[in-house]
Amino acid sequence: MSENILEIADLTLSYTTRNRTVRALDGVSLVVGAGGAVGLVGESGSGKSTLSRTVLQLLEPTSGSVRFEGREIAGLSRRAMRPLRREMQMVFQDPYASLNPRKRVGQIVGEPLKLQGVAKGAALRSEVRELLERVGLSPEHYDRFPHEFSGGQRQRIGIARAVALRPKLIVADEPVSALDVSIRAQIVNLLADLQEELGLTYVFVAHDIGIVRHVSDRIAVMHDGKIVEQGPADQVCERPQDAYTKTLLAAVPIPDPRQARSRRQTIGSG
Amino acid sequence: MRMRSLWARFSSKRAGLIAGLYVLALILIMLAAAVLPGPDPNAITSEVMLPPSIDHPLGSDELGRDVLLSIIHGIKVSLSVGFAAALGATVIGILVGSVAGFYGGVIDLLFMRISEIFQVVPSFILAAVIVALSGPGLLQVVAVISLLAWPQVARLMRGEVMRIKQLEFVDAVRCLGVRESAILTAEVVPNALAPALAAGTLVVAQAILLEAALSFFGLSSVDIVSWGRMLNSGQRFLFNAWWLSVFPGAAIFATVLAFNLLGDALGSALNPRTTSGR
Repeated sequence: MSENILEIADLTLSYTTRNRTVRALDGVSLVVGAGGAVGLVGESGSGKSTLSRTVLQLLEPTSGSVRFEGREIAGLSRRAMRPLRREMQMVFQDPYASLNPRKRVGQIVGEPLKLQGVAKGAALRSEVRELLERVGLSPEHYDRFPHEFSGGQRQRIGIARAVALRPKLIVADEPVSALDVSIRAQIVNLLADLQEELGLTYVFVAHDIGIVRHVSDRIAVMHDGKIVEQGPADQVCERPQDAYTKTLLAAVPIPDPRQARSRRQTIGSG
Repeated sequence: MRMRSLWARFSSKRAGLIAGLYVLALILIMLAAAVLPGPDPNAITSEVMLPPSIDHPLGSDELGRDVLLSIIHGIKVSLSVGFAAALGATVIGILVGSVAGFYGGVIDLLFMRISEIFQVVPSFILAAVIVALSGPGLLQVVAVISLLAWPQVARLMRGEVMRIKQLEFVDAVRCLGVRESAILTAEVVPNALAPALAAGTLVVAQAILLEAALSFFGLSSVDIVSWGRMLNSGQRFLFNAWWLSVFPGAAIFATVLAFNLLGDALGSALNPRTTSGR
């Protein structure tokens, strides 16, 4: 078995519109080690969501390869992909759009278990209750509808659905950017706790490099469909090599005004 | 500006409510007339062409039949034609619209061109031709209206399916390995039904109107009491017995209006964008 859970090589995805070709992904290569967390940062439109959707085969790449545990999954048929769905899951950005408004929480969280034939009946019910508790919700929430929950709670439901099958890899596509600032830390901490408990590997997508730094040991910076810089989180944040990474870092708000002032001077003189 | 929109919302709700009560009353009267033993609406008497009075609140016709009684027995025809046609159109529309909207591509192109063909055909003329060819009957009317009205429902359904299929919860279940056909039926369609059902209510009104129009031109069975048929026989006496035309006409007018208002109210009530958003 390979040590890297995910190996992306020279991945390209282009759309052809009437008069030009847009490259949403342009020769992306990225390696994710088992048990680690890779942060993927970049501004909106840089291709980070496209990359995460391509990894899960929600989008089909134009060329390149995606290997999961050494096995090529790019271009795999839906049927062939099905057993692999147990191993890799996704947490979505918008907790208001990522849950079917007409289904009860228990159904939403239990769906992966039912679908993959892991549990049914009473066993399914108790498993779902356990999952709800694990993500910080109450088992009594089983019969409620998504609209009865706040954004943060909805995101917890989405996380419970993603971890239900005990996957090895979770791609979190901006899991906190739609949430209130006060809630973000809770969700980030929940993801960190789950990683420890379940031995998950994360690809954590965000536009805010500050958040990514907290949860990842490696960071990859995307710009215009390309990865412009990648390396250990501290190195990328402390000694950024690429001009674009520097811009992203400069955009991170600093809560302390004195520090903020000193940074402004550094940027001004540099 | 704000006051006006508030008023518009209130009055549309009130209109929808009144329309709903009216339709409910029609249904109750229809059921009562069917169940309770009452006078035969087709009984011919000597009380011919009487103006509205205590005995005959809406007058009587040239064969001595009571107009009120005929109108009450006509509810059955109008409502059953209306509901059956709306059901047919809504079912076809939902099926075609959801498949076209979800799968897109060639299927979408094909289905939408077909729906355009039906949309440009003048409905009354097609109905008249079909009835003339296959003989008068309620079934023909229902079939014609279903055939002509489904494109409206299909287009609404298609638009809504296209909107919903790109929401994240669809990708979320796709990630779980759910089949595309199951995604369409279990995830997308239940969330896309509301506008199509509202449009279906409007089809009821069109169907009632078309049935009345066909009957008015004598293209319906003589044995069935229907409001259009009453208009057809009453028009000869318009100047000496106005009640023979005015009351069935008013019944058609009120019922068609009620279903239109009901459809509008249902449409705005079910529209997620007009009800409190998220």
